[in-house]
Amino acid sequence: MTRLTTEALIIDIPGRASGVPLNLAIEPGQVWGVLGPNGVGKTTLLHTLAGLRAPRSGQLLLDETPLHDIRRKTVSQQMGLVFQDRQDGFPATALETALIGRHPWLSPWQMESGEDLAIAERALEALDVIHLKDRLVNTLSGGERQRVAIATLMTQSPEIWLLDEPTNHLDLQHQTAVMKLLRQQAACDRAVFMCLHDLNLAARWCDQILLLYPDGQACWGPARDMLVTSALESLFGQRLLSAELDGFPVFVPG
Amino acid sequence: MPISSPYRPLLVLLLAGFLAALISVSIGSTAIGFGDTLRVITGSGTELQQTLILELRLPRTLSAFATGGLLAVAGALMQVLLRNPLADPYVLGLSGGAAVGALLAMLAGVGGFLVSGSAFAGAMLATLLVFGLAHGSGSWTPSRLLLTGVVVAAGWGAIITLILSMTPASRLPGMLHWLMGDLSHAATPWPGLMILVLVCLMVFPLGRALNVLARGSLQAAALGVSVRPLEWSIYLMASLLTATAVTMAGSVGFVGLVVPHMLRLVLGNDQRLILPACALAGGTLLVLADTLARVVIAPEQLPVGVITALIGVPTFLYLLYRSR
Repeated sequence: MTRLTTEALIIDIPGRASGVPLNLAIEPGQVWGVLGPNGVGKTTLLHTLAGLRAPRSGQLLLDETPLHDIRRKTVSQQMGLVFQDRQDGFPATALETALIGRHPWLSPWQMESGEDLAIAERALEALDVIHLKDRLVNTLSGGERQRVAIATLMTQSPEIWLLDEPTNHLDLQHQTAVMKLLRQQAACDRAVFMCLHDLNLAARWCDQILLLYPDGQACWGPARDMLVTSALESLFGQRLLSAELDGFPVFVPG
Repeated sequence: MPISSPYRPLLVLLLAGFLAALISVSIGSTAIGFGDTLRVITGSGTELQQTLILELRLPRTLSAFATGGLLAVAGALMQVLLRNPLADPYVLGLSGGAAVGALLAMLAGVGGFLVSGSAFAGAMLATLLVFGLAHGSGSWTPSRLLLTGVVVAAGWGAIITLILSMTPASRLPGMLHWLMGDLSHAATPWPGLMILVLVCLMVFPLGRALNVLARGSLQAAALGVSVRPLEWSIYLMASLLTATAVTMAGSVGFVGLVVPHMLRLVLGNDQRLILPACALAGGTLLVLADTLARVVIAPEQLPVGVITALIGVPTFLYLLYRSR
């Protein structure tokens, strides 16, 4: 069980005022959704949380330790990230791609064992891409590649899952499957923190919401408090109609 | 890839390398049968055969093997560094720097060791120049490194032309041979072979990190790789390998490009397998190319760089044409 907290964190977006400092506590068992228009800094925030980018100010704590005091390898055992875009310069199969998730757990002299292989195969199976395991990733469809990327994170099996638009390119069925999988991970006391564009997915599956505004303003809290039509209308600059279905709010452009 | 007897290809390549070396030391102005060659290697055979093989042909064959292996491994490393399967150890201007160093030494009228030393210094200078410029202000990205290297290489090309145009005609043939890659002046194969073996040993613990780095630097960092130190060491290692190879044999093109590319098509992209395989296959290829260079128009010799380019250019174009 690991917890990621930010203390007065301001992400570094060149040419933008600092705005509201973020004091987030991403706890085990929570599923966070980050909402905001294009270019607002959702990806920058994720990269900053993962320690891949220095913040403008403030600090990040993994449990009680400042993130930059922890070795990269140890961080990557605790926290993993699914990127929005990926480089496939060299051809590799889906299984090989998932298997690189084991890297943080192996010493330089170790080869991947049968157990590592089994972990990777289980992850591919959970993401419904096991039948593609010997296919080259660059020959797969966008949605299949997205699922292989999530399987890589699952193979890494960190305590904190950061995901940049995990439902990108996914069909309806797999969107739901991925969201269910993420909720399952949270039920196993992991923390999930993802950027989303789909308000209804956020409303259906996230319990914590962070709204990021273009001027650097931000607010966060439990989903039922944050997903208010008027707040979302001003966030996206778009009139919305809402209704309640099956106990969850649903939003459509008005 | 990491599973199920991954080392069989290496054994096959080792055998191929040994056969190529056997052919190379047997063929020449005085042909020696394979049986006699084996007898000489195991310590018997006539005195003439001993001298011919152990003192004249074997050092050259070993130099060819070392040069080819060094260039192929350097190419494979550069390709991971630049995340571009079409990169080449020469693309960053290393051979240009080495050539300018060597030609300046030849122009000054010195020979042998000083030419090699000067070439090595030129290659390392080129390395630092490109890295320093690409580093500049802010971070360097693979594409920026590549562009800087290509432009600097063009600059070296201009200096080479300038030196050639100022050189008295009597000295030109030596320079041209050097520029085309020529093993007949390789002094000793041992430093090159030792560096090759050392790098192949170092690659084993680094291999998986290289595999991860091939997926992009951010992804590698997210998986716990210390990206910047790793990139620095790959760059320095590849530069050292290339500089050593260029110092031994002048600029021999295409080995670093074609060998890793072909091996990746067959063996996949696990660096722990690809890098030692490159050492063996690159070595074997250059031993065979050098044998051809010695016998095609014997007793005259062709520069081995001509042979590798004649093999490399069509092979490469074919691979490029076939790939998506």
